Amino acid sequence: MEALLDPFAYAFFVKGVIVATLAGGLCGLIGVYITLRGMSYIGHGLSHAIFGGFAASSIISLNYYIGAGVWGLASALAINRVTRSRRIGADAAIGVITTASFALGVALLTAFGNKGPSFDAALFGSIIGVSAGDVWALAGISAFTGGVIFFHYRALLFATFDPDVADVSGVRVARTDALLMLILSLSILATLTVIGVTLVAATLVIPAVVARMLTNRFSRMLWLSSAIGAVCGFVGMNLSYHLDVPSGTTIVLTGAFVFLVVLTVTGGRRLQRTARLDGHGEAAPAPAAVVADDAACTAARGDRNPVRP
Amino acid sequence: MTAHPPVADCLVSIEGVSFGYDDSPVLLDIDLAVHASDFVGVVGPSGSGKTSLLRLLLGTVRPQRGAVTRRPGVAVAYVPQLETVNWNFPVTVAECVLMARTERRLPWSSRQERTEVTRMLDRLGIGGLAQRHIRELSGGQQQRMFIARALLRRPQLLLMDEPTTGVDVASRHDMLHLLGELNDDGMAILLTTHDLNGVAAHLPRLVALQGTVIAAGPPHEVITPAVLERTFGAPMEVLEHLGMPVVLDRYHNGSRAPS
Repeated sequence: MEALLDPFAYAFFVKGVIVATLAGGLCGLIGVYITLRGMSYIGHGLSHAIFGGFAASSIISLNYYIGAGVWGLASALAINRVTRSRRIGADAAIGVITTASFALGVALLTAFGNKGPSFDAALFGSIIGVSAGDVWALAGISAFTGGVIFFHYRALLFATFDPDVADVSGVRVARTDALLMLILSLSILATLTVIGVTLVAATLVIPAVVARMLTNRFSRMLWLSSAIGAVCGFVGMNLSYHLDVPSGTTIVLTGAFVFLVVLTVTGGRRLQRTARLDGHGEAAPAPAAVVADDAACTAARGDRNPVRP
Repeated sequence: MTAHPPVADCLVSIEGVSFGYDDSPVLLDIDLAVHASDFVGVVGPSGSGKTSLLRLLLGTVRPQRGAVTRRPGVAVAYVPQLETVNWNFPVTVAECVLMARTERRLPWSSRQERTEVTRMLDRLGIGGLAQRHIRELSGGQQQRMFIARALLRRPQLLLMDEPTTGVDVASRHDMLHLLGELNDDGMAILLTTHDLNGVAAHLPRLVALQGTVIAAGPPHEVITPAVLERTFGAPMEVLEHLGMPVVLDRYHNGSRAPS
């Protein structure tokens, strides 16, 4: 027991645990919207895109949060716009925009050197890289995200479930999408230092998928996914210290373990819920034989047909 | 088109509208007006422009030529095709219906909203299903759920995309009766469909569409062999049964006759 509490004597670890728990909860919350929109891959892509901004801001000595944030948001909006236009799929849009941004980031860091966190820390996450500023930034972004989701709950839900109908029902879908992309970019930005570029996508997807297997209610899925993400962040960060491996990997492996446990306990049948199935298994349209029934209906409702003048 | 009620009753009108995607024209020179208390069925094959026509009426796309005029302040609601919905989405029937109340900022529903949803679901014959997941409903019940969501917005005009597709015979019959009742209450309804016999029996006004309006008017003027062949590109027999046109596929030479 004492060994478990040992790392809490170190300030850097306490900061790391706070950030990992907050980051897990935050990504779990946003992950619900991302996975239900069929954009699970966007977390992966966006973290790579932000890496380009991270490199560029490092070179021009611009604040990481501003430089990478603007870069990430621009990438997210571009992906969303391309995806909504339906000319090419979300996966293709993400593939083109974000890998190009990542490649640019690698090229810039190679050519001009790195003034910020190490390459490994950026890719796989690190406890040591967490500063007090990172904790406050993440706390602020978490509060902002919570507020956005709280006050735009129905608009976000409607725009996620059925954007076309939402658009004609009073929801400003384009603005709602932009808002979601903003909080997604900010969240990835704030969690990148702990989780790492290559693994942040898993923290968006795994808690949401696990929560989906556990419930059929949207509101319940939101808090379940947040709670699962936060627990995975907390446990994963502790494992990172004790096993001496990068924090991103232990957080993701903890999530994967939870996924397997839930899958085993609930049975593979629940996995169906996580698929985007569009059919509904109903009967075919009426055959010609039912016209007799329609005719009887017409006779009974002579008021409808023929047409009124 | 047949004679229209006075212009003041017009909820939305389309005048000389042409529309297409990129270089592919979908609709050409369309004239159509939907008036208060209209109950209109737009029939045509896949690709005839039915959904594009709905989008023009909804205002989600703009015409390349002509004008779409909507009466200021008119409330329009839309019921999508069942096939376009992700039925695995984690929402209950009540959560889905409540989406219509977009003006409420708080996540939870008010007591008044819950009462309204219960009343609406009861009226549509799916009371007691409020806490079910949307996938647990039959096609007919799913369609009613979306109608409930639309009605919660208190629309003057209800636009429906293929409401009779994907539902069984009894549900289709009940659905068209329900729409008839809503229309009797004063709501204008325009729906698209492939189901010629269903709309011929229940709707007072039809529009045959194939890129342009082939014919418009009461069923006996639109459901004719000539109009149907121009609209669907295939010969069809039209019989009369209890004063109503009934459409049958025409057997081609060499095809097997029924035994």
